[in-house]
Amino acid sequence: MRHLLSAADLDRDQITEILDLAEEMSLVQGRPVKKLPALRGRTVVNLFFEDSTRTRSSFEIAGKWLSADVINISAKGSSVSKGESLRDTVLTVAAMGVDALVIRHHASGAPWQASRWIDAHVLNAGDGTHEHPTQALLDAFTIRRHFRRSVDDQLNFEGKTVAIVGDITHSRVARSNVLLLNTLGAQVILVAPPTLLPSGVESWPVLVCNDFDQVLPRADIVMMLRVQRERMSGGYFPTPREYTIGYGLTRPRLGAMKPGAAICHPGPMNRGLEISADAADAANSLILDQVAAGVSVRMSVLYELLGGGE
Amino acid sequence: MRDLLIRGADLLGRGPSDLLIRDGRFLDPGDANGAVDQFDADGLVALPGLVDLHTHLREPGREDAETVESGTMAAARGGFTAVLAMANTDPVTDTAEAAVHVASLGARTGHAEVVPVGAVSKGLAGAELAELGLMARSSAGVRVFSDDGHCVADARLMRRALEYVRAFDGVIAQHAQDPQLAGPGACCHEGDISGKLGLPGWPAAAEAGVVARDVQIAELTRSRLHICHVSCAETVDVIRWAKQRGINVTAEVAPHHLMLTTSEVAGYDPTYKVNPPLRPDEHVEAVREALADGTIDAVATDHAPHARHDKEHAFAEAAFGMLGLETALAVVLETMINSARMSWSELAKRMSIMPAHIARLADQGCALVAGEPANLVLIDPGARAVVDGAASASLSRNNPWHGRELPDPVVATIWAGRITYQKQL
Amino acid sequence: MLRSSFTALGYRPDAVLRRVASRPRGGLLSGTGAPHAWSGNSDPAVNAGSEPRPDGASLESRLVMNADQIARACARMAHQILEANQGANDLVLMGIPTRGVPLAHRLAKVMDELESVRVPVGALDVTMYRDDLRRQPTRAVGHTDLPVEVEGSTVVLVDDVLYSGRTVRAALDALGDLGRPRVVRLAVLVDRGHRELPIHADHVGSYVPTRTGEHVSVRLAELDGINQVTIEPGSGPDRGES
Repeated sequence: MRHLLSAADLDRDQITEILDLAEEMSLVQGRPVKKLPALRGRTVVNLFFEDSTRTRSSFEIAGKWLSADVINISAKGSSVSKGESLRDTVLTVAAMGVDALVIRHHASGAPWQASRWIDAHVLNAGDGTHEHPTQALLDAFTIRRHFRRSVDDQLNFEGKTVAIVGDITHSRVARSNVLLLNTLGAQVILVAPPTLLPSGVESWPVLVCNDFDQVLPRADIVMMLRVQRERMSGGYFPTPREYTIGYGLTRPRLGAMKPGAAICHPGPMNRGLEISADAADAANSLILDQVAAGVSVRMSVLYELLGGGE
Repeated sequence: MRDLLIRGADLLGRGPSDLLIRDGRFLDPGDANGAVDQFDADGLVALPGLVDLHTHLREPGREDAETVESGTMAAARGGFTAVLAMANTDPVTDTAEAAVHVASLGARTGHAEVVPVGAVSKGLAGAELAELGLMARSSAGVRVFSDDGHCVADARLMRRALEYVRAFDGVIAQHAQDPQLAGPGACCHEGDISGKLGLPGWPAAAEAGVVARDVQIAELTRSRLHICHVSCAETVDVIRWAKQRGINVTAEVAPHHLMLTTSEVAGYDPTYKVNPPLRPDEHVEAVREALADGTIDAVATDHAPHARHDKEHAFAEAAFGMLGLETALAVVLETMINSARMSWSELAKRMSIMPAHIARLADQGCALVAGEPANLVLIDPGARAVVDGAASASLSRNNPWHGRELPDPVVATIWAGRITYQKQL
Repeated sequence: MLRSSFTALGYRPDAVLRRVASRPRGGLLSGTGAPHAWSGNSDPAVNAGSEPRPDGASLESRLVMNADQIARACARMAHQILEANQGANDLVLMGIPTRGVPLAHRLAKVMDELESVRVPVGALDVTMYRDDLRRQPTRAVGHTDLPVEVEGSTVVLVDDVLYSGRTVRAALDALGDLGRPRVVRLAVLVDRGHRELPIHADHVGSYVPTRTGEHVSVRLAELDGINQVTIEPGSGPDRGES
């Protein structure tokens, strides 16, 4: 595997391998020596053009536990603001001799462009509103563990329904999840007001519904997306109140969930807007498990990219 | 200078003939006296020199991307003998002095006739009228006014501008892009691809809606309206309707909208980022049809050179625009002549006669007969080549045609009797 | 004579001597196993099947251990392990995936059946500690399972074939990151020689002389449906061997 840019880059076998390896990686957390030598001597640079403490530190720990040398570069306030082009920034970093570039950028497509300019492996840590493949992987990891609690050996997602609810248009988590869950065989239903559904969504391999209550009883997993209040000024929905009543995971909706169903959220949460406090802290909430999965899954991905020969 | 005798060129596809040029004009070939330079044009088609209604020469202000000299050299290579230089320079061409400056740059350094376009509004801000009358009266003789790069969104301003230019037979050329439906972040066609790629797009309605409004205002003011770079089927429908009603509206299409579709942006390559954006197949087909039947009156390149560092950004942050002067004729040949949708004389109309007429250029788009100014281009219809962007005369390299195999038609360009370009064989 | 014939087959004389010196005294021929393969060409475990050609190459696969021989070797090793440890205290068997794991389970089963002692069995995947990771595409990682704390334990690493010794070196590193065992020993079903590192096995099921191009194939019923050890003709370096 040369790059991980899109969730669509992975077929079912590759996803299974990554998730299985992430299970092994999750054991490292509990060991006295949190180190595996597999990436010793490799250099990984986290090139973040957008703030993100959580994702960045997750990648940093993942690289360090695999014995790689990890460097964090925040390109937000650096030479980029002096007008340096994206190409120059990427080439300058790569010229220092890095093996892998983990890129997060506020513009869709930046990791693809970067991969054309340099030889190093490129890992997409979130590009604009386009994709966030490691998030989709850690979501799948968490969901798989949840399914396994009820059915031993539940290795695939066939026959399962995942509802993704919220601002789909501006969500890279949604796009990557749609691709990954589809590859794994799950049925994805997107729930949002029409203004928050992307153009061309009719051609996606999903069902689309504007009515959350209709979808809720069918969903084995309810994945709530963060809604930015700024979207109101773009006229996407009139008031937070109307959004919550129509599309929020409120307490009554929590009670209407299918038995055995679980809740996901990529974070950070707007408690009270798209997700009630009750739902965030509910027994069937996998939100904290998602956070915990981040390091293991990213260790797995870094190993897949860098663990072998060139 | 000796007379130039062009032997055996096929004039607009009507049959071979000789042309004699002296002191910048055509003469009857029988009037040759003394020694003449001869040019063997056997097998070549002769058209009146092409006129580009829409070019960005970037000078003054961005001489790193293009200058009047390099831009007009590219124009000459493309068979153009005149270009209209858009006003979004730095400083903006919104005063008589600025217009005269651009015209004199053209006179001193240009390889083609350079006619400045004046801004509609001061500083292109879309708020107050620029000094349209003074620009028209100046030695630059501005007749075409455009805020291109920006839309004249304020309906009242559009009305005032259209009314005002009626006094001197001016024309307002609109860059139709509703800023509310397609803001500055919109960087590609809004549709399946933009939805998948997570790029903010702009729908056809953002263009057609503005045109629908503006043709109404043109009718109201009984003035001349021109629509820049038509990109979608909906806009074509509006223009067709307006012409049927007798509204005085003309329209242009850019070569890239005749051949390239939105699928080019799937790789996030900013070379294909342009305003208005590349559209899906059905729109390409609609504008081709409109160009063939004359609903679209002209081909205009919207040649938009950019320094490399302005393009090498993330797609959503890169500059808009593509080069076009050198390849325009090749693209039109490929899409319209080679597919038998247009004849040579129709091509001459769209790329020379009508643009000259819209811009009120007396010396361009003229017939190839004795007495007329000697502006022409000699074309080899069958020659083909792979486009080499690195060999371009432009200072910039944002060329969507690089590496593609296209016709390579221009053999020689003659402006005011002088050869401004001749292909090295 | 013995020494020179082993030299011809690739064993180094000093390695031969070292192995002799490290054998536990008196324990080798006790128990119910077949005579050690070490005792020479008369052992049916060696040269079963066709005689190797003078240049050592063989074009057919040769059976070196059948199901009974494997079972007896396991039984003998189980006894030896308990004997060396003087019982089952603090003992843990760590199989190296893939086939070291079922082997470790077999040893534990013998210990339980014949001596009524329950010895914990785990798995120690060493992929991430290999010294040749960069020489091939990314390798799949196996499962690590620690049934008890490594700290202070007597860990017996169990693997099917001992070859260059690099896998065992990786296993020692992997073990070290899990804790500090009191003692580490090594039990292998087959020792095929050609050590590249100073590694030796404490408990060996069978010594099988081989050429470097050949491949020793261990098949166990738990994974392969059949129990046998064969030498396959050479086809280049084998990814699975240690």
